[in-house]
Amino acid sequence: MGLSDVIDDGLGGLSHNVITGRLEDLVNWSRSRSSWPATFGLACCAIEMMASGAAHYDIARFGMEVFRASPRQADIMIVAGRVSQKMAPVLRQVYDQMMEPKWVISMGVCASSGGMFNNYAIVQGVDQIVPVDVYAPGCPPSPETLIHAIETLHTKIEQGEIMRRRSESGAGAGIHVTEIPASSVPVLLGTR
Amino acid sequence: MTMIADEGAQELRPRSELTAREVMREVGAVLRLSEAEAAKLGDLPEDPDEDQTMVINMGPSHPSTHGVLRLMLELQGETVLRCKPIIGYLHTGMEKTGEQLTFMQGGTNVTRMDYASPLNNELVFSMATEKLLGIDGDIPERAQWMRMLLSELNRMSSHLLFMATNGMDLGAVSMMIYGWREREEVLRFFQKVTGLRMNHNFVRPGGLAADLPAGWRDDVLRILDMLPERLEEYDILMTGQPIWRERLQGVGVITPAEALALGATGPILRSTGVEWDLRRDQPYLRYDEVEFDVVVGTYGDAFDRYAIRLAEIRESMRIVRQILDRMPEGDYRIQDKKVTPPPRARIDESMEALIHHFKIFTEGFKVPEGEVYVAIESPRGEIGCYIASDGSPTPYRMHVRAPSFVNIQCLPHMMRGGLVADAVAVISSVDPVLGEVDR
Amino acid sequence: MTDTPHEDESAPATMHGCPVTDSRGQVVIHLGRDRYLEVMRVLVDEGFAMCVDLTAVDYLDYMDRSLPAGVEPERFEVVVNLLDIGQRRRIRARVQVSETDAVLPSLFDLHPGTEAMEREVFDMFGISFSDHPDPSRILMPEDWIGHPLRKDYEVGSIPVQFKGAPT
Repeated sequence: MGLSDVIDDGLGGLSHNVITGRLEDLVNWSRSRSSWPATFGLACCAIEMMASGAAHYDIARFGMEVFRASPRQADIMIVAGRVSQKMAPVLRQVYDQMMEPKWVISMGVCASSGGMFNNYAIVQGVDQIVPVDVYAPGCPPSPETLIHAIETLHTKIEQGEIMRRRSESGAGAGIHVTEIPASSVPVLLGTR
Repeated sequence: MTMIADEGAQELRPRSELTAREVMREVGAVLRLSEAEAAKLGDLPEDPDEDQTMVINMGPSHPSTHGVLRLMLELQGETVLRCKPIIGYLHTGMEKTGEQLTFMQGGTNVTRMDYASPLNNELVFSMATEKLLGIDGDIPERAQWMRMLLSELNRMSSHLLFMATNGMDLGAVSMMIYGWREREEVLRFFQKVTGLRMNHNFVRPGGLAADLPAGWRDDVLRILDMLPERLEEYDILMTGQPIWRERLQGVGVITPAEALALGATGPILRSTGVEWDLRRDQPYLRYDEVEFDVVVGTYGDAFDRYAIRLAEIRESMRIVRQILDRMPEGDYRIQDKKVTPPPRARIDESMEALIHHFKIFTEGFKVPEGEVYVAIESPRGEIGCYIASDGSPTPYRMHVRAPSFVNIQCLPHMMRGGLVADAVAVISSVDPVLGEVDR
Repeated sequence: MTDTPHEDESAPATMHGCPVTDSRGQVVIHLGRDRYLEVMRVLVDEGFAMCVDLTAVDYLDYMDRSLPAGVEPERFEVVVNLLDIGQRRRIRARVQVSETDAVLPSLFDLHPGTEAMEREVFDMFGISFSDHPDPSRILMPEDWIGHPLRKDYEVGSIPVQFKGAPT
């Protein structure tokens, strides 16, 4: 197939199977299929989170097995466990260090609402600190529940708009992302 | 990873702010030396200048600190000079919440402390409550043996979790998969019995929440038949493997005197050669009627602690086999109207039973005044429960002596003079569960 | 049940001049602050070489608790659990600490393992330990105000509202 065929006949000049689609769908599909979670295990839920990464539940089936210790390499923060007042600033900093686009799963009732620990020590819902996309119920949620939460998030990612930043969507707790404007000098390809 | 959260005086202070006495006191007191003797120890470079040392921060969000433990290490080159664990990042206020919940509800609270062995937490809380009620001698035989069965299976699952995380921390990543594979088998049994994989709230004051389900014996036997072969695999993968031994032997050594002085219990104390296991030495439940060995180490290093835990899985299996032979028939909870809700069938036919049931679950039962401390052997060491009651249905004060909270104090002494590369191996060998450290 | 069979049934009413009581079969020695360190040292010599637990209770709402004659109830009690591994026995010490002068000498030099426990008691109850090597908070953030396990400290729970629930 030469380029001239396409120039002459348009798409009819292509001799092999080609699927066309929107770039957005492609990006969303690839994002949802390789979302890497940050290890943010706090309490009991962390054990179940690790259990879902292990042999029996195996979240590698969803492209999620690569738990990253560095927030710079992670896309999803799974807040697994109760967030104490002392941990809250740390959690926020880890979240801030993650690259956009980023998502948060609040795993377990303690992270979602404080759970049974309605007292001085526990932040009553991690959504007071970071914007949460999916809440997984349970104390602790079984790996099946976590997988369901992950699947829900994947659907959400696939339906999202790739260029929309969180500050515009109004989700979460009023997070403002400073966007650095791109260079105004056009980049010319193919020239030296 | 740097942290914006500055914890001030809780952090490791720079050397320039410390007096020589403060530095030596920590080491000397543990070794029970005088200050002069401690100053002569001299196994570390003498008073390095501050510009030769570096303080690094590890955690609280770190992949191998077993949760949210934060360590500050002072290094000279690769050598750890000082180390300080900073905890509290998972402080849940459970002792305060425990004062709000009735004795009936208290199990839901304590079971979330040591989430790797929740049944042991419930057990110690229930035993303390029963002692306050004065019914600790009247618990039915079947309940006692069922508690032992669950406690030992929980010890196995907890140690299997240790095998997984210890392997993962040391780079034997496939061990994580294996450890979890076996743990799932035990959890599946727990789910069948209690309805939950973790945080069961199954052991209640007066007995248990329910009887064992039909076919439980086959399920336990399946675990017992499967595990020996899998543990042999562990031996091949780790115990006999030169790399594994190199990484663990002689790392994180602690002496019996140090361990006793620091109050360490469980596998840490036993790794130094001190034979102390509450199951044998202050028997509770029916541990005096079963045969098992208390496994002790010799060198007090990380390898001994690993080997002890592996051997304890085998000992627990031995105990479980004896429990299977001796499990008596009978009631799974005490038939004391005061603490036991009426059976479900009675509620349908009797108004009194309904009222009684309602009162137990709303108001709870009153516990006589007094205070007790009850201790049992959890997979991590002595877990104790101190309850002071003022005669009301809620504890006046409920305190749990968490083994990990005390054991974690050993870290600075195990790491002192070691390499920073071994720090992870040492933390892993202590096997802390941060949920019970911070409570 | 965790008590040892070796425990003396006819436990004397006093031990080293301090009142001793029996609580559900467990031996409890009641101490004042003045003799705290001294008796603790004697107990170590008697074999109670391991301090397994040190905690405190705030008896603000329960001042009429039963105490042996001669022990004046104070607001705080520090509870120390000692263990004798050789003879497999336990003893518990209850130390009365006054509200106005909530200071106790530290057990660090005797039992280095109490370091974290004393910090926890300081953090949760505000009882200070003199000559403690590291008198700082341990569980709460450094800038936290108040001591949560005191009885006059609120639980800090926020009311739970069920949105959309029929009223």
